Amino acid sequence: MAARGATYRTPFKLGVFVIAMFGFGFALVPLYNVFCEITGLNGKTGVVDESVVARYEFDPDREIVVEFMTSLNQELNWEFLPEVAKMKVHPGKVYTVNFYARNLTDRDVTGQAIPSVAPNVASRYFSKTECFCFTQQLFQAGEGRDMPVSFVINPKLPAHVTTITLSYTFFDAGQKVALQ
Amino acid sequence: MSAVISETHHDEHPSGIKRWLFTTNHKDIGTLYLLFALLMFFVGGAMALVIRAELFEPGLQMVEPQFFNSMTTMHALVMIFGVVMPAFTGLANWLIPMMVGATDMALPRMNNWSFWILPFAFTMLLSTLFMDGGGPAGGWTMYPPLMLQTGDAFPFVIFAIHLMGISSIMGSINVIATILNMRAPGMNLMKMPLFVWTWLITAYLLIATMPVLAGAVTMLLTDKYFGTSFFNAAGGGDPVMFQHIFWFFGHPEVYILILPAFGIASSIIPTFARKPLFGYASMVYATASIAFLSFIVWAHHMFTVGMPLAGELFFMLTTMMIAVPTGVKVFNWVATMWKGSMTFETPMLFALGFVIMFTIGGFSGLMLAIAPVDFQYHDTYFVVAHFHYVLVPGAVFSIIAAVYYWLPKWTGHMYNETLGKWHFWLSTIFVNLTFFPMHFVGLAGMPRRIPDYALQFADFNAIATIGAFGFGFAQLLFAYLVFQTIRGGEKASDQVWEGAHGLEWTLSSPPPYHSFTTAPEVK
Repeated sequence: MAARGATYRTPFKLGVFVIAMFGFGFALVPLYNVFCEITGLNGKTGVVDESVVARYEFDPDREIVVEFMTSLNQELNWEFLPEVAKMKVHPGKVYTVNFYARNLTDRDVTGQAIPSVAPNVASRYFSKTECFCFTQQLFQAGEGRDMPVSFVINPKLPAHVTTITLSYTFFDAGQKVALQ
Repeated sequence: MSAVISETHHDEHPSGIKRWLFTTNHKDIGTLYLLFALLMFFVGGAMALVIRAELFEPGLQMVEPQFFNSMTTMHALVMIFGVVMPAFTGLANWLIPMMVGATDMALPRMNNWSFWILPFAFTMLLSTLFMDGGGPAGGWTMYPPLMLQTGDAFPFVIFAIHLMGISSIMGSINVIATILNMRAPGMNLMKMPLFVWTWLITAYLLIATMPVLAGAVTMLLTDKYFGTSFFNAAGGGDPVMFQHIFWFFGHPEVYILILPAFGIASSIIPTFARKPLFGYASMVYATASIAFLSFIVWAHHMFTVGMPLAGELFFMLTTMMIAVPTGVKVFNWVATMWKGSMTFETPMLFALGFVIMFTIGGFSGLMLAIAPVDFQYHDTYFVVAHFHYVLVPGAVFSIIAAVYYWLPKWTGHMYNETLGKWHFWLSTIFVNLTFFPMHFVGLAGMPRRIPDYALQFADFNAIATIGAFGFGFAQLLFAYLVFQTIRGGEKASDQVWEGAHGLEWTLSSPPPYHSFTTAPEVK
């Protein structure tokens, strides 16, 4: 019965494999996020610092319309609007636009804005140097304020894209998932 | 040998209920798995009939929409985790030791445990139907945020899925340990019967993907109760991420549900064509390629979530690539029958029905793989028609074929051939009556998982409901036939079938409690 040892080694190895795959299931979360950030899938926009922007070539001949949209997650009693509905921009230059948000409730709320860019193909060329969406925002009861976002469009944006929509959804970050 | 001494105490097995509770015998456990699957087949079938009764006419007649949705969810969970997977594991338990020339499975005590987890898992799952807020109603795919709205049932569903996962992972480890370590001398890997091969590959798929499902549902659990945000956009998560993780499990899972069926067809068809299987090696490689491809096609279940063109193309093309090894298998079965002296006993009828109707389901799968048209088909009854063709006249027919084929070996009695043929023809007619019209209403735009529909779909839905009730009641005949054969009948010979080859047919019918106490020599 030389095979006896092997009979117990095989399940041990397979057990290790099972645990590794359980871990892999969780590892998929950061893996997908990294994949989406590199490829710009899922409307995830990039973050660039000034040194990269400085290397962008300003293109005054090309004009792109950037539209701003806001929405609130359900049950959030807030006012949340862009300062302008849309603006015409040139690739390679940093623009700043303000969003106004006001907490209409009588309690303090921490909000988190989640950005998304459409069309998908544009998201990897649309980068922000500064954004209120990078951090959670605390609003006192009844408080309202302007929140700036600075963005730049990479001049390598494919030629067929003439309009880009930047939308923000505001969530109540302090709230647990709504239970029935 | 010391092994002989240590084996002896196994023979004094307890009788009555204790025999089944404490058994470590692969045949007893195989029987338990198969009977459990049969019971669950009727439970899941009753749920399907609730769905079909509601859809018999447009409008809401029988049940509340919430209950309807929990029926579609539970029907899927019961049929997948409670019927097809346990039935295949039962067949593996009965057959693999006999096919590779072993005494028993490699890890008999774990084998007992992996079965006895299941009744607890399903008691827990089914009990949710009586809880506050009802059973899970967000679909068996459990997409958040909808699934997170489940009431008290939610944690019970998650833990039931954990238990089912643990059960099938342990079953798979046992299968692999048996196949890799306990083959009779001379039986190298490329001499193993195809059922053993397909199960070896299925077991690897199971242990690679069930832990990922366990991870996904654990994340759902912590999102709901512990404030994590894996799939909650407010905390930086993404609900679409769940779909990616789920289908990373879910697509290999559909091959887990069909690969053993390929092994069964590859055992039965050569027997009744009285010719060896055509292209044995290509069958093995085709199975392995399907298993490999199953890991890189998952996003074809989610073409409409807004993937970029490159993603759509990648998943479309890899999905279509699966048609190549699957085609190899279908052509090999046809070539096996070519110029064979065929007879059409019940197992052969079910195996032929499997080949033909599984291929129909394969073709509608190819249609769904075309990303641009999938936007039309997505979440319609066309999808329902497709996966029921591969699962009912596919996986379920193969299990029924296997039961008819090996039942005389297991019990020592022949089943009633006339009734068996009746069972086949009733099942085949009604299964097509049920699922074929779903193609038409699906292409015309009828959405799935909705208890009501537009008036123009009424006729085809009425036909499907009649078919479903016919199919359901025809299965009572199957249950009757199985119990009749267990209780008695014409004595079966050791070989049972004239054209049957393989180690299991060299044992007596019924086989001894411990299959091969001395290992057979395989030439």
